[in-house]
Amino acid sequence: MNRNFKLVYKSLVILAAIIVTLAISSLILVVLGADILRTFETIIITPLTRVGHITEVFVRAVPLCIIALGVAVAYRSGIVNIGAEGQMAMGVLGFTATALALPDLPKPILLPMALIAGVLSGGLWGFIPGILKSKLEVSELLSTVMLNYIAAQFYSFCLRVPMMDPAEALSGAGTPQSARLTTNIEIGRITGRLHYGLFIALALAVIVYLFLWKTSYGYKMRASGSQPRAARYGGIAVSRYVTLAMVISGAFAGLAGGIEIAAVHRRAIEGVTNNYGFSAVVVALFGMLHPFGIVPASFFFALLIYGSTLTPRAVGVPANIVDVMQGLIIMTIVTTQMILQNDYLMDRVWHWWCSKRKAKEA
Amino acid sequence: MSEKITSLRMEHITKRFPGVLAGDDISLEVGEGEILALVGENGAGKTTLMNILMGIYQPDEGRIFINGNEVRFRGPEDAFKVGLGMVHQQYMLVGDMTVTENVALGYKQAWKPMKLDLDEVRRRVVEVSDRHGLAVNPDAYIWQLSVGEQQRVELVKTLCLGARFLILDEPTSALTPQETEELVDLLKKMKEELSIIFISHKLNEVKAVSDKIAILRHGRIVFTGDTADHSSSSIAALMTGHEIELPENKEADMHGGLALSIKDLCVRSDRGNLALDHFSLDIREGEVVGLAGVSGNGQRELAEAVNGLRAVESGSISFFGEECAGRGAHQMIEAGMGYIPEERNIEGIVPAFSIKENLILKDSENPRFSKHHLMKRKAVMENAERLRKDFDIRCPGVDTAAGSLSGGNIQKVILARELTRSPRFLVAVYPTRGLDMGAVESIHKELLAKRKEGIGILLISEELDEIMNLSDRIAVIYKGRVQCVMKHGEADKRRLGIHMAGLEEGSDE
Repeated sequence: MNRNFKLVYKSLVILAAIIVTLAISSLILVVLGADILRTFETIIITPLTRVGHITEVFVRAVPLCIIALGVAVAYRSGIVNIGAEGQMAMGVLGFTATALALPDLPKPILLPMALIAGVLSGGLWGFIPGILKSKLEVSELLSTVMLNYIAAQFYSFCLRVPMMDPAEALSGAGTPQSARLTTNIEIGRITGRLHYGLFIALALAVIVYLFLWKTSYGYKMRASGSQPRAARYGGIAVSRYVTLAMVISGAFAGLAGGIEIAAVHRRAIEGVTNNYGFSAVVVALFGMLHPFGIVPASFFFALLIYGSTLTPRAVGVPANIVDVMQGLIIMTIVTTQMILQNDYLMDRVWHWWCSKRKAKEA
Repeated sequence: MSEKITSLRMEHITKRFPGVLAGDDISLEVGEGEILALVGENGAGKTTLMNILMGIYQPDEGRIFINGNEVRFRGPEDAFKVGLGMVHQQYMLVGDMTVTENVALGYKQAWKPMKLDLDEVRRRVVEVSDRHGLAVNPDAYIWQLSVGEQQRVELVKTLCLGARFLILDEPTSALTPQETEELVDLLKKMKEELSIIFISHKLNEVKAVSDKIAILRHGRIVFTGDTADHSSSSIAALMTGHEIELPENKEADMHGGLALSIKDLCVRSDRGNLALDHFSLDIREGEVVGLAGVSGNGQRELAEAVNGLRAVESGSISFFGEECAGRGAHQMIEAGMGYIPEERNIEGIVPAFSIKENLILKDSENPRFSKHHLMKRKAVMENAERLRKDFDIRCPGVDTAAGSLSGGNIQKVILARELTRSPRFLVAVYPTRGLDMGAVESIHKELLAKRKEGIGILLISEELDEIMNLSDRIAVIYKGRVQCVMKHGEADKRRLGIHMAGLEEGSDE
């Protein structure tokens, strides 16, 4: 089997995977009675055609990227964090509470302080499942999901009672949201709603890469995640690093929440977390748990998420179609990986191709 | 049931892996009622060749014939259908299921619509085990069985699924000497009905069991012939390419100071029973103490307790005069403890990590390899390249995942790390289990060299030859206690065997 054949074979498999994904999506769209081509165009092409759209894609990519980086740190350390949604909500609360409590501090002090409060709140929400797992072997799948519910309810409570905008209470409208925060916590915007948080996300990607692969902490965390028994044998305090990984993961989600408020909403409102915490798990896996994969992956998923907000108006397709496509993409990735690893199949294709070529020559 | 397999022939099999030629133009033939021993060093390509035969790998070139007809296997399922059955080195059994349930997993005849006919499977298990004299309890859970019993379950399972040709991949590597003898007798009986390929590098077994022998070296067949015509030593020489002479400890007593002193140590096993029951043993500097015993008598718990990996119930562990019971693994490493663990594939290395990363598993905070917690890439690389050369670690490169290496090379990675960290003491648990003669020779030499440097060594092993060759003193462990301690020279296999079985000398045998 020669090298060219392998290359062509693998490219064809990947191409086929893309076609299959599109085909199944199309089938669903047909059932919905939608215009297939225009739907795809709306989701994938339209957001890239105008600066205004592209900036909105980036606005969604930033929290996805930051949270996914944290999820990857946890995953690499042997603990699955599906609690980022709650950790992000806690980060928003920490950030908002600080901003509401100390509105008169100058910006160079208040903004970092509020962001740190967000990081700490998210980190605390990650610490709980981390310590439960390492000390009591409580499954993190269970604890993080439950903590998501607690965080969501607590968030809702805060916006309705202690943090509610006094103006809302006065007017009697009662919209659950905080007062508009002081301008001293704002992160600047580049154009449209695109903000400087983008650079924070990119810098974090580099930092996570350096942390995981170039520091002794990263080494020990990866060892703990990859084979805990060997790590323990090597004198690594596995439970400490698993907990630390979860704290870092939560801190990233908390930071994403803080940035989201500081740069986009500038007050705590309902729905800030926007399922970013869950999508980020997909982004992290799609990016192969590597920062340099996560950056493009977060852009791609942000594109899908933003594109889907356009479909109801443009082509009358519900936005949830993107959730369906996300599921399809995950399944296709897994299947494609299996097929690419199946040497026997490749071998058979090679033999089939050789015999065909021979038949032609004869 | 399809016909009996009267001949199996592999012709010109070639298989390349990135950076390695694992099979190079290999041809083999096995006739009816024959046992072919396939011998060779670790990494010689034995397992790869059998994986090709079973359809797990596809050969790059070459053909396979059964009863004269060419066959091509897509996967192990196809090989089963023809009647080939393989028992892997690592057993493929589900621990939480009974023997019958494990067999049922592959026994398609019992898969009735909406129902699994376990009674039929159970009958079949009993029938096969009676027929071949393989004593297994069909209702026992796998986790309750010893390693030797589990292997019998694997054999029964393979036979139940209709195997008429058996491939056994290093079947004795985890067995005690007694279990090995039983297995050899069993196979000799079984060959009346089927042919067997027996992979091994333990030449005494090969001599005892096989009719023919094929020797693999670096992916090539270097020799085939009748077993009876050749002595163990000539086979060993062919296998490694040079004469093997296992080193012996003939040095005089070093009279070193007390290194490790264990007193009345009690430790619980994972199941909660007392695995060590008032265990006491002293080891001095520059002394090798061999701890003989049938595995499962507390050896693992002892090694883990001494290395800070298992909680101590009561008793004391004094390491160079300092009380260490209850300390953690990190503290023991800092104190100068070196440890070659029993489970080399999952405890001694992080399999997904590269060789160079595994070589610093205990040293990621050592100033040699990191500063302010930043890893020194160059130092890590240089360390790996040096150790690769010094310890002859055979690998495509030091960035290769350690888990992809053969057992012998994994053990070399562990040895390289443990011996060059300049330990003050060494615990070696089954250091040569499953390794070939060449590897055994080099490991024994390394251990004796460390002894000469004045390092105390606790050698836990079930290979009596290994223990008798290397030890200054020999202790026997039985049910978590030291049964007796003998000097080098006082011990012989018979005496050790008696103590290992928990009997007193002089009592009726």
